[in-house]
Amino acid sequence: MKARIHITLKNGVLDPQGKAIQQALAGLAFDGVEDVRQGKFIEIELTESDADTARVQVSDMCEKLLANTVIENYDIEIVA
Amino acid sequence: MPVAVIVFPGSNCDRDVAVALETATGRAPAMVWHQESALPACDLIVVPGGFSYGDYLRSGAMAAHSPIMRAVIERANTGTPVLGICNGFQILAEAGLLPGILMRNASLKFVCRDVDLRVERADTVFTGAYAQGEILRVPVAHHDGNYFADAETLQRLEDGGQVAFRYCDTGGNVTPEANPNGSINNIAGILNADGNVLGMMPHPERLADPLLGGIDGAPMFDALAEAIAA
Repeated sequence: MKARIHITLKNGVLDPQGKAIQQALAGLAFDGVEDVRQGKFIEIELTESDADTARVQVSDMCEKLLANTVIENYDIEIVA
Repeated sequence: MPVAVIVFPGSNCDRDVAVALETATGRAPAMVWHQESALPACDLIVVPGGFSYGDYLRSGAMAAHSPIMRAVIERANTGTPVLGICNGFQILAEAGLLPGILMRNASLKFVCRDVDLRVERADTVFTGAYAQGEILRVPVAHHDGNYFADAETLQRLEDGGQVAFRYCDTGGNVTPEANPNGSINNIAGILNADGNVLGMMPHPERLADPLLGGIDGAPMFDALAEAIAA
């Protein structure tokens, strides 16, 4: 199976890169951009065929390496 | 007494810090490759600056899981002094030896210049040769030096006197203008709760010899040399 992981900054954590993107978009005359938050997207191919087990494995990966939970949240999607 | 300097792929301050350590201790440190699983007998461990693993994922995140880091964590937990400079600070934070994280600089720019630091703790094994409140000038050179910790952790750090250095102006005032990277409370360096692990973004080893243009960094290595010789 495949795991898709979105890693995003927690609310309240300043995101200077998101702010810079927002300013660049304004510079390109894209009006109406209220806020930009930048994150990461990671895809992992797994040999595991059970979705629940796969989710547990990937959660562990997120906690130990993929995300830093001081500032980041992660969201896991398991797809066949 | 022997010192170990950990070397990762992408470390680039390992030799500078080795020179500073040899000058202070009279003995070349052991250079320990990150894939080793055991440390030599040593009374001080230094995790140097650089760009280990090209800063992939997050600065220090990959290096924090190197085989040698298990041994470093074990030694840190039994009281061996561990000094992390720049990328070394990032690695120690990612390894969980120090709280918080170093985020992208608020300016989004790589900052490479001399900064003024105020010594907040002169009673540690690292800072014993400085005076409390002394101001020293050493360089920073980083893209990810913006120290962040959640409110509760920050309170614990401040209440516990775990802030070792703060960015300040030449008069020792801690101001937003003197903050090169957006670090919370102008934090430039922190200690663990036991005081035997120090992480700092500025580079004392880069101004530790008159030939380099300044010696404000040298007392740190002198203090460490004295502590481990005792």
